[in-house]
Amino acid sequence: MAQKTYAGKTVDVNEEGYFTDPSQWTKEIAVEIAKEEGIVLTDQHFAIIEFLRKKFLAGETLSIRSINHSGVLDVKTFYQLFPGAPLKKATKIGGIPKPVSCI
Amino acid sequence: MEQSHPIKKVNIICAKGAIEDVYATLVLGNGAVMEGIETNLFFTFFGLDALVKTRMDKLHTAVVGNPALRLPGGLRMPTLLGVIPGMESFTSWMMKGGMAKLDIPPVSEFLELITAGGGKVYACKLAMDMFKFKKEDLSELVSGVLTVGEFYALAGGEGSQIIFT
Repeated sequence: MAQKTYAGKTVDVNEEGYFTDPSQWTKEIAVEIAKEEGIVLTDQHFAIIEFLRKKFLAGETLSIRSINHSGVLDVKTFYQLFPGAPLKKATKIGGIPKPVSCI
Repeated sequence: MEQSHPIKKVNIICAKGAIEDVYATLVLGNGAVMEGIETNLFFTFFGLDALVKTRMDKLHTAVVGNPALRLPGGLRMPTLLGVIPGMESFTSWMMKGGMAKLDIPPVSEFLELITAGGGKVYACKLAMDMFKFKKEDLSELVSGVLTVGEFYALAGGEGSQIIFT
């Protein structure tokens, strides 16, 4: 298992850079990972990251469809906030494993 | 998993209108959009039903001549059972229920997810003429009605793939 240092803290990640222990995550760390992805985090980013973390920690499957039911933002905005591959980027920045869902 | 020739664009053709045919296209298309891959979906022949507003969420699956179809429990569905009135609707309803449990959306919502992420959806001009559909019959999410030549022009580029489901 690999380790990375963000915001002065060492965290465990897998070979693709996803957290293996979501409890090591902090907002300060998120800001630094986002920087690597070329994203400056806003309150809206944090709101949807919180939603994804809550869902993941509750054992639910993360899908792009669930974003529309988040009550935070819609899928279109999600794609704009995390350009390219939003679910992958948001989970990486949010300190949770890469989603295994196909939808 | 870095690859030297990554897929940058997919162009997926759907020519059939059964649930499984249309969903193969939608799942592949949405999956590509989610990965940040440029995505064009091209619906032709019976596949056009996936874009027709009054039909898109009422697709069926074949219960006659479908040797892979099984009853709950795993026994093969006898073809003769398929001719019972209502069997096709019932089976299709069962299938959609199973998909909904896996968070697979209805066709109309799936098209919304794909286009929200920048995926493009097109209809085939020849098939439109053949089935006498008008642009107004199609979902507002359809970007255009294309000839085959226009489709190929759209599909070009390095790292681009054409997939026929």
